[in-house]
Amino acid sequence: MITVLSVEDLALQRGERVLFRHLGLRVAAGEAVALTGSNGAGKTSLLRAIAGFIRPIEGRIAFEGAAGALPADDARRAGCHLVGHQDGLKPGRRARDELLFQARWHGGTAPGALAAAERLGLTRLLGLEVRVLSAGQRRRLALARLIASPRPLWLLDEPLAPLDAASRTLFGILMAEHLARGGLIVAAVHDPLPIAARTVGIAA
Amino acid sequence: MNVVAVLARRELSLAWARGGGALLAVGFFVAAALMLPLALGPAPERLAGVSGGVTWVVLSLASLLSLDRMFERDFEDGALDLLALGPLPLEIVASVKCLAQWTVSGAPLAIAAPVVAVGLGAPVASAPMILVAAALGGLAFAFLGGTGAALALASRRGGLLIAVVVLPLLTPPVIFGGAAIANFTAGLPWGGALSLLAAYALGCVALTPFAMAGACRNAQS
Repeated sequence: MITVLSVEDLALQRGERVLFRHLGLRVAAGEAVALTGSNGAGKTSLLRAIAGFIRPIEGRIAFEGAAGALPADDARRAGCHLVGHQDGLKPGRRARDELLFQARWHGGTAPGALAAAERLGLTRLLGLEVRVLSAGQRRRLALARLIASPRPLWLLDEPLAPLDAASRTLFGILMAEHLARGGLIVAAVHDPLPIAARTVGIAA
Repeated sequence: MNVVAVLARRELSLAWARGGGALLAVGFFVAAALMLPLALGPAPERLAGVSGGVTWVVLSLASLLSLDRMFERDFEDGALDLLALGPLPLEIVASVKCLAQWTVSGAPLAIAAPVVAVGLGAPVASAPMILVAAALGGLAFAFLGGTGAALALASRRGGLLIAVVVLPLLTPPVIFGGAAIANFTAGLPWGGALSLLAAYALGCVALTPFAMAGACRNAQS
């Protein structure tokens, strides 16, 4: 179980361009961090680096548990959710099948997944194919796996973008509950998060 | 529920949806093989002579029909990121994907292969051997095709890349499988060719998942 995420002296490069250098970030259990910065500053790249997809050119990303440092690979596999721009949902499959797969794959159970769908107001939509859902409904379906399969570290890339006002409020409540349980949130945002969060600006 | 079973269920359902399921591959296979008598003319002894080889070539082409999108959709819609953050390493995810592909298209093709070969004039006694050879060959085709599909991720005109990378790797199973069938028909020993085919197929199953996982990680970074 991750209790601290620490990023030290990080530098990321995409193609020939160095996005940023000397980035430091420490997130402890119960804390939320909002990453801000202009388009292309490297918010998404930072989230993907924390999730282990992009290798930094300098610096390190480390995870700590209650008993000390955790091996990064295990920490990511067992303790990390990434919700990116794409929801990872298959248009041709039913919402229920996709939710159950995503929840179980991340360590959740079927009853947990259905409870999460209920919480996010998706129960009525579960019988539909993903292709007929709106962008906001798809995002809510993707966010349901955060609730269905509890993992401490949430990496969110503009999670609120397609959501309506009521869903934003609801997701704010869910984020606050996650933090109260000792979760960690790192979210790339343009609009302010609906919860108290430390803001970290990213610039070259 | 076991995570491998969870993943296998999803992959089977996706593989079934991807290429129109077994029907497309088997339909293509049977239709292409039926063209042959029309093209070669009504000479049963000539057909019987080439039946094994033709069955094998058409089988290899039919196996490749829906392979090129094995990883592409998961990559495009972000599901590959989810798969990478799950409990199993990408090597195992890739193997499950290829096995699902084989189950949905390779196995039905293997069942259709002896029917087609015998229909073209191969001896009925060769049917079990053709079934085994087609099942083994299909396994090699699925894993090699998956490797090509993974390598083509994040590149435009990936289809061309798949053809260039995968076709040379497909020649050994075509040679071994064709030789096993031809030798059986000619009354020569065929066990060696079939063993080589099995060895090649198992080698593909053992080694290509590492290449597929590496190619996926490269595309994701």
